Amino acid sequence: MSGALVAAARVGRRVIAKPGAALSIAFLAGLSTLAACAGLLGFDPLTQDVIRMLEGPSRDFLFGTDELGRDILARVIYGARTSLVTAAGAVLLAASIGVPIGLMAGFFGGWRDVVLMRIVDLLLALPGIMLALAMIAVLGRSQAAALVAVGITGVPTFARVARAQVLTLRRRDFVTAVEAFGATSSYSMFRTILPNSWSPILTQMVVLSSVAILLEAALSFLGVGIPPPTPSWGEMLRTGKEYLHDAPTFAVLPGLALTLTILAFDTIGRALSTVIEGRDTVIAARSDER
Amino acid sequence: MHRSDRTGTDQTAAPVLSIRGLDVTFLGSGKPIHAVRGVDLDVFENEVLGIVGESGSGKSVTALAAAGLLPRNALIEGSIRLNGQEVVGADDDTLRRLRGQDIGVVFQDPSTTLNPLLPVGRQIVEGEIAHGRLASSAGQARAVELLREVDIADPDNRALQYPFQFSGGMRQRAVIAMAMAGRPRVIIADEPTTALDVTVQAQVLALLAERQKQTGAAVVLITHDLGVVAEVAHRVAVMYGGRIVETGTVREIFSQPRHPYTAALLRSAPRIDVTGDRLDPIPGQPPTPTDMPTGCAFHPRCAIGEGRQKCRAEEPPLRILDGTRRSACHYAEEVPPPFRSGSGSVPAIVRPAPVSAPEPLLTVDDLRVHFPIRAGLLKRVVRTVRAADGVSLRVAPGETLGLVGESGCGKTTTGRAIMGLVPTTSGSIRFDGQEIRGLDRTGMRGVRRRMQYVFQDPFSSLNPMLSVGEAIAEPLRIHGLYDEMGGAAWIARLFEMVGLSPSVAHRYPREFSGGQKQRIGIARALSLKPKLLILDEPVASLDVSIQAQVVNLLQDLQRDLKLAYLFIAHDLSVVKHISDRVAVMYLGRVVEEGAKHDVYSAPVHPYTQALLSAVPVVDAATQGRTARIVLEGEIPDPAKPPSGCHFHPRCFRATDRCRTEAPAFAPVPGSPSLAACHHPGAGA
Repeated sequence: MSGALVAAARVGRRVIAKPGAALSIAFLAGLSTLAACAGLLGFDPLTQDVIRMLEGPSRDFLFGTDELGRDILARVIYGARTSLVTAAGAVLLAASIGVPIGLMAGFFGGWRDVVLMRIVDLLLALPGIMLALAMIAVLGRSQAAALVAVGITGVPTFARVARAQVLTLRRRDFVTAVEAFGATSSYSMFRTILPNSWSPILTQMVVLSSVAILLEAALSFLGVGIPPPTPSWGEMLRTGKEYLHDAPTFAVLPGLALTLTILAFDTIGRALSTVIEGRDTVIAARSDER
Repeated sequence: MHRSDRTGTDQTAAPVLSIRGLDVTFLGSGKPIHAVRGVDLDVFENEVLGIVGESGSGKSVTALAAAGLLPRNALIEGSIRLNGQEVVGADDDTLRRLRGQDIGVVFQDPSTTLNPLLPVGRQIVEGEIAHGRLASSAGQARAVELLREVDIADPDNRALQYPFQFSGGMRQRAVIAMAMAGRPRVIIADEPTTALDVTVQAQVLALLAERQKQTGAAVVLITHDLGVVAEVAHRVAVMYGGRIVETGTVREIFSQPRHPYTAALLRSAPRIDVTGDRLDPIPGQPPTPTDMPTGCAFHPRCAIGEGRQKCRAEEPPLRILDGTRRSACHYAEEVPPPFRSGSGSVPAIVRPAPVSAPEPLLTVDDLRVHFPIRAGLLKRVVRTVRAADGVSLRVAPGETLGLVGESGCGKTTTGRAIMGLVPTTSGSIRFDGQEIRGLDRTGMRGVRRRMQYVFQDPFSSLNPMLSVGEAIAEPLRIHGLYDEMGGAAWIARLFEMVGLSPSVAHRYPREFSGGQKQRIGIARALSLKPKLLILDEPVASLDVSIQAQVVNLLQDLQRDLKLAYLFIAHDLSVVKHISDRVAVMYLGRVVEEGAKHDVYSAPVHPYTQALLSAVPVVDAATQGRTARIVLEGEIPDPAKPPSGCHFHPRCFRATDRCRTEAPAFAPVPGSPSLAACHHPGAGA
């Protein structure tokens, strides 16, 4: 497995060499640190001060206060915690269900492929938000439910990526070689094919993170996501919309945070896929001979 | 072509292509790559100049520079004059005109040179129409004429067909027709026959030589195959490490080389016309452009320069020796002749006589591997590819059976079927006293401890995620035998057995060269101490000098470990060198099998005879030997094999009986070999 680490370090260096990706990584790192240390830094997202509600930016509240007089900056920082944790959990859930499905479908082929991939197609046929809404209706409204709902909608992508990887890698000699040594199917799948598939799977994880953040925000915006008083960007946008006339600056910061976070994930995802597919390297030499 | 017919090169005339001080550097994301370092070269009308070199020698880059076809990140310095016109720094219009009129290019792989979406006829006249030398209304007639000139049967219909309807050899003929359409003064052929089978290669080389003679064009033939050069070229330039190290006529180069690299290269190639001796490899690796030795680029591998200060410090210029001969060696006069006379200085290896056992280690009987091709909604079998169609083989303990044949003959499928990697249709495979055909994955597990496989392509057969030490240990771990077999000490021993230092164990495959990776692949196959190795073209993707190292290694291992080899290859010279017995396959069947000496010196099957006569021979002195048998056509589609004897449509001895009745694989009267032929016998 250490081979994957070496390869990942190599890809990581090349991604960081791209200014856009480096900026995005810095932004996400800053946001995560802020979110993780929010309590230590003295931000307080919950204390209400109804007298000072819907204030504009001031020395006390850099981005103003909401309809209950809570500090918008503090709520956005705590909202980042909600968003990032839900997205990370959802993506990990999606990968840990989707990847094995794709591996098995691609490796065994035949009826197992047909059955597994039709189930995946079924998931893919339903719009993600509808699926998530339906699931929350069953599971009830909670952060865990939002995480599971968002996670399930990501399963088909991972299954398809993993299956495509198996189909290309299976023809490679080193996979045949492992079979020739007498390895079991699960050894071929999980010890040989999976480590060699890390790069497209990683790219998918980054890309899906942005989708998950957006989906989680959408659910909260519709009022079915994370229940209040837990701060959430989607929920803040929804409330901010109602006070658009009284406090036009209310929704600015949550909207900005959401947009930048999604943009950052997308930029990193794009940088990763160009680096991994080798599209950024100038063809060093039309390699001489044969 | 006969040597006496060759047009003497008139070196007093001005050269059509003249290269002076050519330097090519590729600029990329990393360090600049200095691929060509000061090449001087003249090509005259009416001659075939062969450029020989191993991978990374800069031969293709030199030729592509002459055609102005290098990518934009190539920095070209020096001068290339084509027909008096400077190519370096020429604008796009000039280059386009040059390419249309003065220079034609034939690339290695005909399947990628042709546009799959255009009819072949339209493509080959495209250039002439674009240059306004041909009215598009006359295109069809001209295309037919050009295809006829390159001996394509039924050119009227063929011109309307698409590339996928052409076989590999026909595609290359069409590419040659396209390159020659504008009657260019210079034709650059970059490994034109490397992707083709040996019998097809013979046809294409003959065609190229014939068309060259008819048009009087100069041909620059780039190849790594010394035999091809010896057959076709008049003059040879040998390249090494981005420079030309020697030039001269074919006869001079092959009989009395004046550069130690040329001499060593000639000695390291296995030859079909010489037997027995151990190969004499060039030690070490060819240099890469990013890691060029100081002084003479060849000095670390050179037997003459060994330890001489001058070779290490000073890059030798390409100096004139006599007449047209040039050599870039400080001690050119000391180079010994390449071929030892008589028994030679290198002792012949003493082969242990194969142990005569009551039962062979591996017995394959009437093995059939049919791949159904399914189509349509109901996945009905529309036809069947008969990859192996009744193969019978045996391999005794400790011996080498060479399995030769052209691409598509089913030799690799046979190897993989024995290893249980492809499902078999019928027949029997007995290994080590046990029937193994049809065993499931668990059943095969035990068998695979005693039988291992070495893959052709060392680049794809090693898992890029595992260090090479882990890769070699992988079979042991899969079988749970790592500690039992001796753990790290055994792994270190394996590294030493294949000539690598155990200290490299923590490195990853991409840090190794092709030859080193193939050694690692062999070490991995040996880790379980098997009795039989199935070697699938183990040296086909390696350079000549590295090939010899790996072949010698395989022979040493066989002697030390009493291994049996099933050696699958298309290269008849290598097979002859390494085998005890040889089986020749054609379209899914073994057509001839016998002791190496019998098969090579007295072949009885017409296909074997044609195959052997098609192999280009390195030694220019033996040129003009018996007439070559050039087979018509190419290997048919294994999904639609011809009736009766599969070989009859191409056979020069075919009768009505051959068309209807498949010959049995049986002993041949008056010959120790077995053959599947109704009319076996010596001679054409």
